[in-house]
Amino acid sequence: MAAADLDIQYVAHLARLDLTPDEEARFSAQLGRILDYIAQLRELSVDGIEPTAHAVPLVNVTRPDEVRPSMPTRAALRNAPAQANDLFLVPKIVE
Amino acid sequence: MWNTLTISDLAARLGRREVSAREALQACLDRIDQVDGRLHAFLSLDRADALAQADEADARRARGESADQPLLGIPIALKDILAVRGQPLGCASKILHGFISPYDATVVEKLKAAGAVVFGRVNMDEFAMGSSTENSAFGRTGNPWDLDRIPGGSSGGSAAAVAADECLAALGSDTGGSIRQPAALCGCVGLKPTYGLVSRYGLVAFASSLDQIGPFTRSVRDAALVLHAISGHDPRDSTSLPEPAIDCAAAIHGDLRGIKLGLPREYRIEGIDPEVKSAVDAAVRQLESLGAEILEVSLPHTQYAVATYYIIATAEASANLARYDGVRYGLRIDGDDPIEMYARTRGAGFGPEVKRRIILGTYVLSSGYYDAYYLRAQKVRTLIRQDFLRAFEQVDALVTPTTPTAAFRAGEKVDNPLQMYLCDIFTIPCNLAGICGLSLPCGFTREPRLPIGLQILGPPMGERTLFKVAHAYEQATSWHRQKPPIQ
Amino acid sequence: MEYEVVIGLETHVQLRTRSKMWCGCANEFGAPPNANVCPVCLGLPGVLPVANEEALRLTVLTGFLLHCAVPELAKFDRKNYFYPDMPKNYQITQYDRPSTANGWVEFETGGGRARVRIARAHLEEDVGKNFHYDRYSGVDFNRAGVPLLEIVTEPDLRSAEMVYDYLNALKDILRQGGISDCDMEKGMVRCDVNVSIRPAGASELGRKVEIKNMNSFSGVRKALEYEYARQVEVLCGGGQLAQETRRWDDAAEITESMRTKEQAHDYRYFPEPDLMPFAPTDAWLGEVQARVIELPLARKERLMRQYGLPAADAETLAGDAALGAFFEGIAPRAKQPRILANWVINNLRARLAETSTSIQAVKFPPAAMLELLELVDTGRISGRIAQEVFAEMFATGDAPEHIVARKGLVQVSDAAALEPLCDAAIAAHPRTVADYRAGKTAALNFLKGQVMKLSHGKANPNLVGEMLQRKLQ
Repeated sequence: MAAADLDIQYVAHLARLDLTPDEEARFSAQLGRILDYIAQLRELSVDGIEPTAHAVPLVNVTRPDEVRPSMPTRAALRNAPAQANDLFLVPKIVE
Repeated sequence: MWNTLTISDLAARLGRREVSAREALQACLDRIDQVDGRLHAFLSLDRADALAQADEADARRARGESADQPLLGIPIALKDILAVRGQPLGCASKILHGFISPYDATVVEKLKAAGAVVFGRVNMDEFAMGSSTENSAFGRTGNPWDLDRIPGGSSGGSAAAVAADECLAALGSDTGGSIRQPAALCGCVGLKPTYGLVSRYGLVAFASSLDQIGPFTRSVRDAALVLHAISGHDPRDSTSLPEPAIDCAAAIHGDLRGIKLGLPREYRIEGIDPEVKSAVDAAVRQLESLGAEILEVSLPHTQYAVATYYIIATAEASANLARYDGVRYGLRIDGDDPIEMYARTRGAGFGPEVKRRIILGTYVLSSGYYDAYYLRAQKVRTLIRQDFLRAFEQVDALVTPTTPTAAFRAGEKVDNPLQMYLCDIFTIPCNLAGICGLSLPCGFTREPRLPIGLQILGPPMGERTLFKVAHAYEQATSWHRQKPPIQ
Repeated sequence: MEYEVVIGLETHVQLRTRSKMWCGCANEFGAPPNANVCPVCLGLPGVLPVANEEALRLTVLTGFLLHCAVPELAKFDRKNYFYPDMPKNYQITQYDRPSTANGWVEFETGGGRARVRIARAHLEEDVGKNFHYDRYSGVDFNRAGVPLLEIVTEPDLRSAEMVYDYLNALKDILRQGGISDCDMEKGMVRCDVNVSIRPAGASELGRKVEIKNMNSFSGVRKALEYEYARQVEVLCGGGQLAQETRRWDDAAEITESMRTKEQAHDYRYFPEPDLMPFAPTDAWLGEVQARVIELPLARKERLMRQYGLPAADAETLAGDAALGAFFEGIAPRAKQPRILANWVINNLRARLAETSTSIQAVKFPPAAMLELLELVDTGRISGRIAQEVFAEMFATGDAPEHIVARKGLVQVSDAAALEPLCDAAIAAHPRTVADYRAGKTAALNFLKGQVMKLSHGKANPNLVGEMLQRKLQ
C-alpha cells in the first residue's frame, strides 16, 4: 500500500491529536517517506512464521487474589487538573 | 576529585572513611554547578533530598551496615522517565507538567535499599523517542566532548552526566539503542540488559515489549555492580523473568581464551564512518590478541530491523501514550467536551516527534492495515530473533560498531526523521530479539576528538559474557580513562 | 408480513474476587469515590498490570458451567478508545484467544426447554463510573479494573420473554456457581442486546440494532418488546432500518438513537505486551473442575426424578442451595420424600424467613425432621400436632419425641377415649347435626373440628371422622 493511503486527519482524530495545518502537511510528507522505507518488509516471505508478541517465553504469570492497601483518596486526586467531591472532573460528557 | 572516580574506586574510599557520602555528593553538585549551565544534562535537582540521602548513607555506614553494599553513598542520576515518589516525573514533555509521582519505580526502590544516593532528573528525548535528546521539550543537552554536538538519545542526559563527571552513574532506558548509542557518543559504558531482567515497573512505557532500564557508568565493573542492584524478578511486572538479581562479578576477570566472538557481516554497511570502522577493526584485533577466536557470522534479516522496529515500537507507543489526556494528571487544555479537551491537550502537550510516532503507530494498527504492517512486523521480528539465536549457537557474543558515525552536530538531522532513525541501525536488532547489549569506548575520531563505541551483543541472560569480554578489552586499553575537555 | 425477531446478548458480569483484575485494590461496591484506587488502576505513568489468578479460575469455571471448551492458549489484547472513565484509554480484554468459547445454556422457557449457544466468555476489565452535572462530569475510578466476564451468545434468542428467562437462568447458574453475586442494582450484571427482525421463516439476518442502558432484566424485556414493534413499524411503513446503537430510556420506555460522532469504532486491537499468555495446565484445570456445581436445571430434574418431587418444589430446592442441601442430606432416608420436601419448604423455610434465621443456625439436627415425619406416619401424632411439635423443635432444638412426651401430645386413637368426645360434640350442636342429616356433608368437618378442640388437637382426625359418621347415621 502506498504512503498516500495515510489519511492524516482521520488518524490524528483516532489518536485525539490536534494538528496545525502546517503539522499536517509536514508530518504527512515525513511519514510518507517513512512508510515508503517501511514498505521493504513486503519483500520478505513470512509464510509459516509465528509472530513474536513477547521476547520472553513466559506463560501463566499471575498474582494471588489478595487485597492490598489503596492510595488515600487525597493522594489519588493530588495531580488532578480539576476535581470536586472526590471526583475527577472533565467537561460534560454527552452520551 | 571524588566525582571523577569509578564506583568501585569511590566505594573503596568510602569504606576506608577517606571521604564521606556527603562529600562525594557535594563534589558532584559542585561539578554540576560548574558545567551544567552549558551542558544542560539536568532538568531538575532536589539538593536537600540528595544531601539527606547522603547523610543517611553515612549514618548507615557508621552503624556498621555497609557490608556487601557497594552502592552505599554512591550518587546516581536518573533519566526523567523513572518514577520517584514525591518527585516530578516529566519524560521531558510538557504534557506531564506538574505531575508528581506518588510511587517509586522498582529500580529506584532497589537502589535506595542498596543505599545509593538517587538524585536529579536528567534530560532525554521526549517519551524516549529520539536519538539526539533534541526532542526534549526543555532544550537539548550538549555532548561533553563538543557542546555543539548531540550526546545521543534518548538517554542523552544520562550519558552526558556520567561522561562529564556530574555523577558516578546514571540510569537510562533503551528501546532501540537509547542507552548504548548515547554511551558510545559520550564515551562511557552503557548496558541494555536482557529483556525482562530488570523490572519495568515505574518506567514510563514507550514500547512495552522493547523497553529496558540499564546503567551508564565509567567502567565495565561499575555497570555490573549497578546491574546487580537493579535486576531480579519483580512480581509487579508480568514480563519480569523469574531470575534473582544477577551477580556478574565472578565473570569479570581473565583473558578471552576459549571465547568465540562473531562479526555479523550485515553490519559492515556503506554508511559507516571510516574512523569508526578502523577503531572497531582495531578493537577486534585487540580482542583477538586477548585470546578470543573471531568468526564471521550472518544475521540475514538485519536490514529489516529498523522498519520492523518503527512499526512495533510506534504501535505500542500509540497505545501507551493514550493515557496522557488531561483527565487525571498533567497538562490540561479545556474543551467543550472531553474529545475536544483530549485533542487540544495532546496537540499542545506533545512535541512533533512524539506526534509523528503516535500517528504512525495508530495507522499501522488501524483497520485494514494491521495484517500488512503490525502482524507482518511481528513475524519479521521472529526471523530477526532466530538469526541471533542461531548465531549464538556458533559464538559466545557478537561484536559490532555501536553507531555508524560519531556525534553529529545539533540541528543536523532534526528535519529528517528517517535519517535520525537510521542512527540506530546497529542497536535496534538487539531490542527486537530481547537479547543483551553493551557499548564501551574503543577510540576517538581525530578532528574533532569524539568518542567511538564498540558494541558487544550477548544471548538472553548472557550478561556475564558481555562483562567478561568488555572488561578484558577495557583493561587492555585506556579509552575509559579519557575525560572530556568540558570545564 | 409476519416478522420474527433474532436476538443476541452480551452480558457483562463482575467476578466475585476480593481484589481487582490487575492490582490489589478492593473489588467492592459502595465505597466512597476514588477510595479503592492505586497507581495501576488509575493508569499513572509507568505502571503495569498483573493478572488476578482467581479471576482466571472463575472465567474457566464459567466455561465449564456453560459447557464451553477451554483452549490450550489464551491471551489478552488492548482495545483502544478514548473515554473519561478509561484510565489508560485502552481496555485490556481478550480479543481473538479468549479463555473459553463454544458452549451452551439450557433453560426453561415458554413451557418447555430451550438451548442458547454461547459463542464465548472472555475476561476483561471494567471501567470507572461517570457522574453528570450541569457543565461537568465527574469520574470515580473505584470500578476501574474490576474483573469483568463478557458472555456472548449466538443470535439464538427468539423473543423478549425468552431473553428474560435466559437471563434469569444465567444469573442462577453464575450465582450458585460462585462466579458472581449478579446483583444488577449494584451494577454487577450489565446487558447489551443485538436485535434484528426478518420475515418469518427467512434465513438471512436483518439489520442489527444494538441496544444499551437497560438496568434490569424486565427492562431488557420491555426494551426488546418496544424495539421489535418499532422495527416492524419501520419496515411495514416501507422504511429502512439503520445499523446503529440505540439507548433504552426506562422512564419514557422507548429506545432512541445515540448521538455518536463515529458510528463504527476502530479499536485497533493488538496483543497486550505487558501480559504473558495463559496455557492452563491439567492440574490447574483439575482444580477448577472440582469447583463445578450441579447446574440448577439439572438439579431440579434430578430432584424430581430421584425423589418424585413436583416441579415447583424441585425448583424451589434447586434454587436455594442451602435449603436443597438440607433436604438432600436426609431425603434418602425419608419414607416419603415428597412430604419431607413439603415440610422443608412450607415449614422450615417459612420459619427461617419469619425469624430471619439462617439455615446454618437451625437448632435441631436435620435428622430430627425425619423423626417428626415418622411420628406422623405411625399415627403417634396427628398432622396438626406435628405443626406444634415442629414449632417447638425450631424454637428449642429439642427432639420431637421428647416434645411429644413432655407435652403429652400423643395422638388419641383409642375409641374408648374418643367416644365421649364425639358424643359431646354431637350433643352440643343439634343444628349442625340436623344439617348433616339433611345432606350437608361439610357439616361433619365442623363437628370434627369441635372434637379436635375438645381433645386439644390430639384426637386422631381420621378415626374421629369415621366415628362421627357412624354415630350420625
